[in-house]
Amino acid sequence: MLAYILRRTLYAIPILIGVNLLTFWLFFVVNSPEDMARMQLGQKRVTPEAIEKWKKERGYDKPLLFNAEAQGMGSVVDTIFFEKSVRLFVFDFGSADDGRDIAYDIRQRMVPSLALAIPVFLVGLLLNITIALIIAFFRATYIDYMGVIISVMLMSISALFYIIGGQFLVSKILHLVPISGYEGGWSAIKFLILPVIVGVVGGIGSGTRWFRTIFLEEINKDYVRTARAKGLAERVVLFKHVLKNAMIPILTGVVVTIPLLFMGSLITESFFGIPGLGSYTIDAIRAQDFAIVRAMVFLGSVLYIIGLLLTDLSYTLVDPRVRLS
Amino acid sequence: MVYRDRGKTTFSLILWAALFAVLLLALTGCGEGAWNNPHPAAERDQNTFYSSFSLRPKHLDPAQSYSSNEVVFTGQIYEPPLQYHYLKRPYTLTPLTATELPRPYFENAQGQRLPDDAPPGQIAFSVYEIHIQSGIRYQPHPAFAKDASGQPRYLGLNEADLRERNQLSDFSDTGTRELVAADYVYQIKRLAHPRLNSPIYGLMAEYIVGLRDYAKTLGEAMQGGGAGQDRYFLDLRKYPLPGAEVVDRYTYRIRLHGEYPQFVYWLAMPFFGPIPVEADQFYSQPGMKEKNLVLDWYPVGTGPYMLTVNNPNRQMVMERNPNFHGETYPTEGEEGDRKKGLLADAGKPIPFIDRVVFSLEKEDIPTWNKFLQGYYDASGITSDSFDQAIQVSSQGEVGLTDTMREKNIQLSTSVAASTYYMGFNMRDPVVGGLSERARKLRQAISIAVDYEEFISIFLNGRGIPAQGPLPPGIIGYQPGEAGVNPYVYEWVGEGPNGKLKRRAISTAKQLLADAGYPAGRDANTGKPLVIHLDSTGGGPDDKARFDWLRKQFAKIDLQLDIRSTDYNRFQEKMLKGTAQLFQWGWNADYPDPENFLFLLYGPNAKAGKNGENAANYENPEFDRLFGKMKSMPNGPQRLQLIHKMVDIVQRDAPWVWGLHPKRFSLYHAWLKNIKPNDMANNTLKYKRIDPQLRAEQRLKWNRPIVWPLVLTAVLLIVGFIPAMIIYRRKQHSRGVQ
Repeated sequence: MLAYILRRTLYAIPILIGVNLLTFWLFFVVNSPEDMARMQLGQKRVTPEAIEKWKKERGYDKPLLFNAEAQGMGSVVDTIFFEKSVRLFVFDFGSADDGRDIAYDIRQRMVPSLALAIPVFLVGLLLNITIALIIAFFRATYIDYMGVIISVMLMSISALFYIIGGQFLVSKILHLVPISGYEGGWSAIKFLILPVIVGVVGGIGSGTRWFRTIFLEEINKDYVRTARAKGLAERVVLFKHVLKNAMIPILTGVVVTIPLLFMGSLITESFFGIPGLGSYTIDAIRAQDFAIVRAMVFLGSVLYIIGLLLTDLSYTLVDPRVRLS
Repeated sequence: MVYRDRGKTTFSLILWAALFAVLLLALTGCGEGAWNNPHPAAERDQNTFYSSFSLRPKHLDPAQSYSSNEVVFTGQIYEPPLQYHYLKRPYTLTPLTATELPRPYFENAQGQRLPDDAPPGQIAFSVYEIHIQSGIRYQPHPAFAKDASGQPRYLGLNEADLRERNQLSDFSDTGTRELVAADYVYQIKRLAHPRLNSPIYGLMAEYIVGLRDYAKTLGEAMQGGGAGQDRYFLDLRKYPLPGAEVVDRYTYRIRLHGEYPQFVYWLAMPFFGPIPVEADQFYSQPGMKEKNLVLDWYPVGTGPYMLTVNNPNRQMVMERNPNFHGETYPTEGEEGDRKKGLLADAGKPIPFIDRVVFSLEKEDIPTWNKFLQGYYDASGITSDSFDQAIQVSSQGEVGLTDTMREKNIQLSTSVAASTYYMGFNMRDPVVGGLSERARKLRQAISIAVDYEEFISIFLNGRGIPAQGPLPPGIIGYQPGEAGVNPYVYEWVGEGPNGKLKRRAISTAKQLLADAGYPAGRDANTGKPLVIHLDSTGGGPDDKARFDWLRKQFAKIDLQLDIRSTDYNRFQEKMLKGTAQLFQWGWNADYPDPENFLFLLYGPNAKAGKNGENAANYENPEFDRLFGKMKSMPNGPQRLQLIHKMVDIVQRDAPWVWGLHPKRFSLYHAWLKNIKPNDMANNTLKYKRIDPQLRAEQRLKWNRPIVWPLVLTAVLLIVGFIPAMIIYRRKQHSRGVQ
């Protein structure tokens, strides 16, 4: 297994270089270093000298990908791409364009992101699986039909509607929790209740429908019939046998998302004023801060690769027949 | 078996009950008060002002900070020598830390003093000597902390010393010291610091003697001393600047090239606030920057407030500076201020508010709802919430809706010292130039684009149509008939009943025909005239505006081609002078007409010169008058020149004059002493809160409504009953009948 992990880790390097190159290209297609300088220096009374100085101080005065004036390796090394990318591979994210340390900000913002994402993930998973199993249990009854109709309806509603509707109903009309905001420690709970509910409710439709399909597929298999023939209660058949055997498709979709919980939620964090990594990324895109965008995309890619690796590893845990080699 | 199941059920019931209790406790904030209060319950009766910010400030260093969302903080912390009177209009400068308003004296090229009425040609230098008050002390700060031997407590820190210190509050000891003239000189020198990129360096280098060379000297010093201590801390005291000198402990001197009467207005901005060298030294230590412990994020000032929490990701908190030198609320103001209760606190010591909390709010809807719930003390009005807040009567009078009045919310309106316009590129072969043909074409377009309609449709009436470059509140602006732009409007009626009326479209069409474009076609070629507008918009919100604009041009049979681009491409086009028509705006830096008329001064063109004259307008007569007006003291003669200049540009029409925005803001009844002030940025110290009234109203407006939760629970249980019946039936049914 170690060899497998090592091989997958080595595969990750060209993927990360590719992602980095793509981010770099996409970013500089729409922004030039001059644009970035202008964005940072403001719009009023900015001189060309100030723009040049800003670029020079941050290393944006060099060619983007290829330095025709340099000799040998210098033509590749003495470029913005190389200088800005190579440090990422040792997780040195450097400073944002406004001078703030990116690693420090990521550390600070990771906690609120996780405080929101983990409950949404766990409660959502538990609820979706439970509802899907119940629907599967009542298959071909009015409960099943209603369940599918409601799921499709819930899926069809925009996430923004859940957020604004939730804020309107729970906070504005019923006055039960704050509309938005965040505090550290236990005080965070009162700010997280609503976004967690919104996150869970927003995901019920698609989650339930997906899990229901998986369970219905399993329910018609021979081992289920055998279990029933043994005289096991339907509850035991579903929660013990079907759930266990449905774990591979569930893990495929679920484990890969676990590391990405660190990245936060873009819209929810923004609307609920949660200072997490999702809003950090959005702010950076708006501010044309390449340093942060690059760091966050890189981090996201690394986490995604870790997620895929964990998914593979998790197969061996739930299905002893799977061997990684 | 049965008992074990029951035990499990009981256990899970207890678990759920416990979870519910924890949630309830969290909801109530473990105490009494509204459940939806986003602020800690302990702050309920505190004298705290609550506000929000949507963009985190980029800079809090007074040498760099220029944006309005930054001066909200720096304006309260740093004290430049002068400030604007809070209540008086027109805007009036008063001393802040200075003992009096400085009056410049003049010198010739040989440095000999000239009489005050010396002709401008002889004046080589203007010299400002500024005397500051003694006894003013800085806020408590670790940079001033001393150890037992009187040495700086936190200088020469190493990596180990900084390991556990991530915020300013992690430095347990603080100190203070008296404000001295050298601190102001130090900050003026910082404007030229190569590391800081001050936005006003370019402008100030034109005026402050030796500032340009000083920047070079510092650049060389940084390169030369790269390996030494200068790599981190460049001690500006070692490098003299001839344009800024310390005269004595409480006096400093600023020497400017030529005459620049508007310089005093800059002395009311945080750019010219004091910076103690100790702070620069403290923050420049190795390892500080990596922890974001920099002056740009932790300002050090003498003002009424100090920044105690700086978490721009969530919250920024300012608290009363215990060392504040003290000031009193103004005793005089504008006519009508007393009636409005704005002088009720006259002569009382300020600041009134102990603490100011700014919370990060990125979306308008939550911010607006929190204001309505009483959790923010004041709010602007977005387009989304306009109808909810404001009603416009059939006579066009603006008032609050019943919902707002029920809550006793107050409305404050003011016309901003800003101008939003549509500019013609005067270097463009079609619309530009000073020929009669081009002039008439521009005048025709100016008539066709109906800004009254624009204000009504897109701004909910929040603006007034501009007659020229000068907005209300700026010397030279003329209200009523006297200020009418006769090329676009006419004045109908007499006296107070008179009103503006846009000239008829037929007039515009005639002007167009005179310009050689009858019915919108080139008289020589017969081709339709297409005007190209470069704009940064392009989203769904902009579509309606663009459609409206096309409609305006179509009124005189012109075609408008809108070229949407991002802001940076747009800037590039403007710098190269390749745009034909564009939309732009300007907010006043200071209340002098020079700050608006310079936007049309030839040598200040955007294309090629990177000036602020975005239209690249160049009229020799206007430029001559500008040169004269710029250095004149305010008075009838200057006013006459200003009117003449406005007449010239009204006729030349380099801009479609656009509008001056009207600002509407709402505030709760418990917030007192609110008067919009477009120039002053240190107005927080005048505001007062009635915390008792606020606490009562919040409680009244936010009583939790729990019954829908109970009802939902009941419905869920009821809904489960048939399911349970089916389940039991299924469990007990036989497999084979």
